[in-house]
Amino acid sequence: MSDNLTNPKICVVIGASHAGVNFAFALRREGWQGEIILFDSDLELPYHRPPLSKTYLTSDDGIEKNLLKSAESYQRDNISLRLGITVADIDREKKNIVLGDGSLQAYDKLVIATGARPIIPAILGVATAKNLFPLRTASDVSSIRDCMKSGAIKKVVVIGGGYIGLETAASLRKLGADVTVLEREERILSRVTAPEMSVFFQQLHAQHQVDVLTSKNVISIESHNEYNEVICADDTLYRADMIIVGVGIHVNKEIAEKAGLTIQNGIKVDASARTSDEHIYAIGDCTFHHNLHYNRFIRLESVQNAVDQAKVAAAALCNKKPVYDAIPWFWSDQYDVKLQMVGLSQGYNQVLVRRDSENDKSFSVWYFKDAILLAVDAINNAKAYVYGTKFIKGRQKVDQSKLVDLSVEFKPANLLSE
Amino acid sequence: MAKITFITSANETITLEGTEGSVMALAVENGVRGIDGDCGGVCSCATCHVHVAPDDMDKTGVASEIESDMLELDDNADEYSRLCCQLEISDALDGVVLTVAK
Repeated sequence: MSDNLTNPKICVVIGASHAGVNFAFALRREGWQGEIILFDSDLELPYHRPPLSKTYLTSDDGIEKNLLKSAESYQRDNISLRLGITVADIDREKKNIVLGDGSLQAYDKLVIATGARPIIPAILGVATAKNLFPLRTASDVSSIRDCMKSGAIKKVVVIGGGYIGLETAASLRKLGADVTVLEREERILSRVTAPEMSVFFQQLHAQHQVDVLTSKNVISIESHNEYNEVICADDTLYRADMIIVGVGIHVNKEIAEKAGLTIQNGIKVDASARTSDEHIYAIGDCTFHHNLHYNRFIRLESVQNAVDQAKVAAAALCNKKPVYDAIPWFWSDQYDVKLQMVGLSQGYNQVLVRRDSENDKSFSVWYFKDAILLAVDAINNAKAYVYGTKFIKGRQKVDQSKLVDLSVEFKPANLLSE
Repeated sequence: MAKITFITSANETITLEGTEGSVMALAVENGVRGIDGDCGGVCSCATCHVHVAPDDMDKTGVASEIESDMLELDDNADEYSRLCCQLEISDALDGVVLTVAK
């Protein structure tokens, strides 16, 4: 037996969301005999984040309906969950962490799963704006729901046309709000998808009476007694009883940085999720990690990466020799549309659209760099998502002319080059 | 109330009782190996694949279109395959036996 398993040690995890929680349970499953202590500043039992902007926002459910694991699960696996506690510092020399109240917690192995926090842009008047919220935590959603329930919210402005902004817009529309999305770039989702997708989502929102406006650079917010005015660089202004900010995230890398760990667009880790300190690992949104398939270092904001890195780190701590090798995948639900994405499209030079059904809300977008398939976005089309996943994983060569030829039945065998 | 039996790939038999929610949530809650439910139950990840005992298919029904498409991610999928996040617990499921996919 390896030393870590027979000689109980303390594993401390900073951050108890998808990465931290999945890691803790995976570590126990791998056979770790020592203590596992999870810290998080959030007071709630750790919960699923993806539903926050989707079904959870539009429901009346309490967070207990949306937990990653029940309270009993932590007890059963002997995982100490210490909530509402911030971690101020890491002392690598003495191998302990300093908590917000100044007390110390020793570790043998430390896992940083601190994730990210929403950017609140330094727009003039942002600090005094009424009913302005990001959407990252259950508490953010509670505030937004309370506002909606007060009956005082007619008009909502969402700043940022990324997935969070668009999902929240769809959910608030469902709750009856009059929603306008203001996107700074010339098209929504410009950082992550092809123009075809931007057009589709813009039209989808328009069909639901949500105005998605692009090239709208918000420069100030003026708050009045009962409402705000959101003012853009082109001198347009939008009234808002509530403002949702979804303009991206800052990685929570400060404690790692202070501790002198290597930082590069996030906390840099190797294929086993280990940082530049052999006793410290980092997982999830906060990491800058190597993707084997695409052969480059990336940072991802995704459940898939959080969960997969958690499993890798747990295996590594139990002296297995895991190598992180995952194809990234993502999803988004807006109205009746289910978007599933696989792969990383950055660097594409060709986009092909396959549309089999009469239904204009079902199609797939295939991103290529020359002959190489990089990524697939599937709209209400799980088949395309699944085939795309298999082709990318297997580095299979897709016949591009067959892909767009509707007389060719949409089946893996038909789509691959001889 | 329904009693649901899981057979894991290590041939472990676990019988659990549930009243509401999905079969995936029940399995995750009780640490059934091989049921991960990474996407939280929205039929997006195919990490909760089970094979329903043939005799129990009338209780569970067959996979929906999107679910069968997602099941194609797993080469071991067959006509008895379901993603158990799509199985809602009710009295109707009482007694079903599910083999966790490898």
